[in-house]
Amino acid sequence: MVKISATKLNIWFGETSVLRNINIEIYANEILSIIGPSNSGKTTFLRMLNRLNDLTPSFKMQGEVMFEDTDIRKINVELLRKKIGMVFALPLPLPLSIFDNVAYGLRMHGERNRKRIREKVKQALTQGYLWDEVKDRLPESAFKLSGGQQQRLCIARTLAVEPDVILFDEPCSGLDPISTAKVEEAMLKLKKEYTIVLVTNNVKQAARVGDRTAFFLSGELVELDKTEKIFTAPSDRRTDDYIRGKFG
Amino acid sequence: MRKIKEFLIEKLILICGLASIFFVGLIFIFLLKEGLAVFKSVSAFAFLGGSKWYPISEPPQLGILPLILGSLVVTVGAAIISIPIGVGCAVYIAEIAPLKIKEVLKAGIELLAAIPSVVLGFIGMITLVPLVKKVFHLPTGLTALSGSIMLAFMAMPTIVSIAEDALYSVPKNYKEGAFALGATHWQTIYRVILPAASRGILAAIMLGIGRVIGETMAVMMITGNAAVIPKSILVPVRTLTATIAAEMGEAVVGSEHYFALFAIGIVLFVISFAINVTADLCLHERI
Amino acid sequence: MARNPYRSQKIAFFCLLLATLFIVVPVGMIVVVIIKKGIAGITWQFLTDVPRKGMRAGGIFPAIVGTVYLVTGAISFALPIGLFAAIYLSEYAKGNFLTRMIKLAIVNLAGVPSVVYGLFGLSLFVVFFKFGASILSGALTLGIMILPLIITASREALESVPASFREASLSLGASKWQTIRHIVLPNAVPGILTGTILGLGRAAGETAPILFTAAAFYLPRLPHSIFDQVMALPYHLYVISTQVPNVDEKIRYGTALVLVFLVLVMNLIAVVIRYQFRKKKKW
Repeated sequence: MVKISATKLNIWFGETSVLRNINIEIYANEILSIIGPSNSGKTTFLRMLNRLNDLTPSFKMQGEVMFEDTDIRKINVELLRKKIGMVFALPLPLPLSIFDNVAYGLRMHGERNRKRIREKVKQALTQGYLWDEVKDRLPESAFKLSGGQQQRLCIARTLAVEPDVILFDEPCSGLDPISTAKVEEAMLKLKKEYTIVLVTNNVKQAARVGDRTAFFLSGELVELDKTEKIFTAPSDRRTDDYIRGKFG
Repeated sequence: MRKIKEFLIEKLILICGLASIFFVGLIFIFLLKEGLAVFKSVSAFAFLGGSKWYPISEPPQLGILPLILGSLVVTVGAAIISIPIGVGCAVYIAEIAPLKIKEVLKAGIELLAAIPSVVLGFIGMITLVPLVKKVFHLPTGLTALSGSIMLAFMAMPTIVSIAEDALYSVPKNYKEGAFALGATHWQTIYRVILPAASRGILAAIMLGIGRVIGETMAVMMITGNAAVIPKSILVPVRTLTATIAAEMGEAVVGSEHYFALFAIGIVLFVISFAINVTADLCLHERI
Repeated sequence: MARNPYRSQKIAFFCLLLATLFIVVPVGMIVVVIIKKGIAGITWQFLTDVPRKGMRAGGIFPAIVGTVYLVTGAISFALPIGLFAAIYLSEYAKGNFLTRMIKLAIVNLAGVPSVVYGLFGLSLFVVFFKFGASILSGALTLGIMILPLIITASREALESVPASFREASLSLGASKWQTIRHIVLPNAVPGILTGTILGLGRAAGETAPILFTAAAFYLPRLPHSIFDQVMALPYHLYVISTQVPNVDEKIRYGTALVLVFLVLVMNLIAVVIRYQFRKKKKW
């Protein structure tokens, strides 16, 4: 089942063309990894999906992006962002307590019942593999957590609003290998219930967790295929060069 | 429900955002509304160029040239004193002072900026005025010079803080480049940093002068308030601002005198507008 | 003889130091003199009694109360408008001509001479709206005068909240206003507070705007409503130092000290808040 599809997508920031003629279909319950060197447009693509690019005044786009057969520009933007959550490159807790970080989204979407909020916070933290570590320190500032814990808090925070799709923007770029492993483990479990798009600089990470992998280069989609295929027999020479570390 | 609430709040935010434009317009309109009436009885030329200000004689003579010159003399005097000292102090704070002293100095400058002008006027009356009288053997110490000195102190905080900002924001590598060529610290300041910060310093000077022209209470308390064309800086003068402050209390609402004071207000508004727009252009380059 | 660059540097730095001392030493002296001479005049009676014998004796209580009323009124008018205006500029405004005009208007509003505010308040509030010379007219005039200060300080505070917080909040599906209300504003409070307090200090010290809009020459009782005239500290100091002959020096310095104390305490509070905030900043 196709969850999200982008057709003939072109994006500019001011006069600079960032993405050119992108056509991608993202299936439900898969992990799609997007790899490519920096400035290849992969983060811009990701931010397109929940319309965070709209925050940049010079942003312009052409083509269309459909979420469950509706043009994302026709969906109420807050609802869209609830459905398509995002985890950022650096752990980015809100300046609130651990509990309030997770409860924030629920409250913003109108949930007032304290008991339900508590339950959902616990559930989300459990899903994010953080509950056991923080269950006794929920009222503490989220900034007191370690980097890896903060990132899992951000995942839990995203899960709490019950999205369909989760976008990960280089979620492990600031983390040590052990924390990275925990985040990856969480992603693999989450795949059962959610659709995941993972942008990563780390080619090996894409190989470890991605069902399919897309390779972006200079604003173009070079290749999109099953992860094994991309890593063993890519059809484009540039993909091979990048994976082997010849550039990027 | 939430949507409606947010819609209303965002409209309110927009309205408040426009409030400053609204108030500037409102000030200008109300000054014009009251001030332009004076030109029914006196031409703009006679008003600005007339050398006699006798607003309560019959018929009133409404020439503000003495007041303009009074403001000019005091302002020029204050500028001559405050510009070199203010810029010098800014350079010292930005470039030379060690970090801790720098914080203390900045706090001192902020302190000066915070002292109400009526207090500075009061202090000037008690200390400076008798001093000027004694030093120059004058019949009164309430002179343009006393006003200039006191006003210089009110301009300095503005000049120092804005000029210091400008000096501070000169890119570090300019300085490093000059040092690398073997220039001394002073040569670097004089030949590299000051020129690079010149626009900001110019803006600082203009805003300082703007503050001086608009200053009212201290000036009224120590310049003597004689509405005659000043022949030296050691005589009493009367400024535009002091005239309004001193006479509005007695002017009958709707009288020619009342309108004339508003017309002076227009002159002041236009001057401050011109200074602020120019200074802003200096700081931001484009409109 | 060739100029020795190190000697000219020494001379130049000495001159710069001199310039600095030229400002700092008088400031210190002014403060010291006011405190030293003023403290003799400060008694419980001085602070709580009405002026007597044509202001040559008694206290300054009505002037203190008047100033508190005027300042409170000014801030309750200017803070909401100023804060919303700052939110507009920091969160909503695009980099267009309108924004440029708003910023220019703020700069101009900050530069309008205080006596011109007085004229404006007189013609708009006192005469046009028929509020008369009253607390209301004076407070509104002062409020408009401190508006640019509050807008500028609040805007800086709002803009110093990292953009990433806004993104994180928006990405959870919070609306723009929710993000401002729950994430941006709470983290900008110290900066807004600092600006507000500085505005208070400014409003407390200004005389010219209230000359014709609010201030009473001599009114030895407390105001009954916002349509009453009031005495105010800065105007009272002006009156007893220029309009009334033979006022005891103790009373004049005492009044100056109370006024300076009020203004400086507010500035000090602002500095402390700013310092505390910087120290425990979380990001």
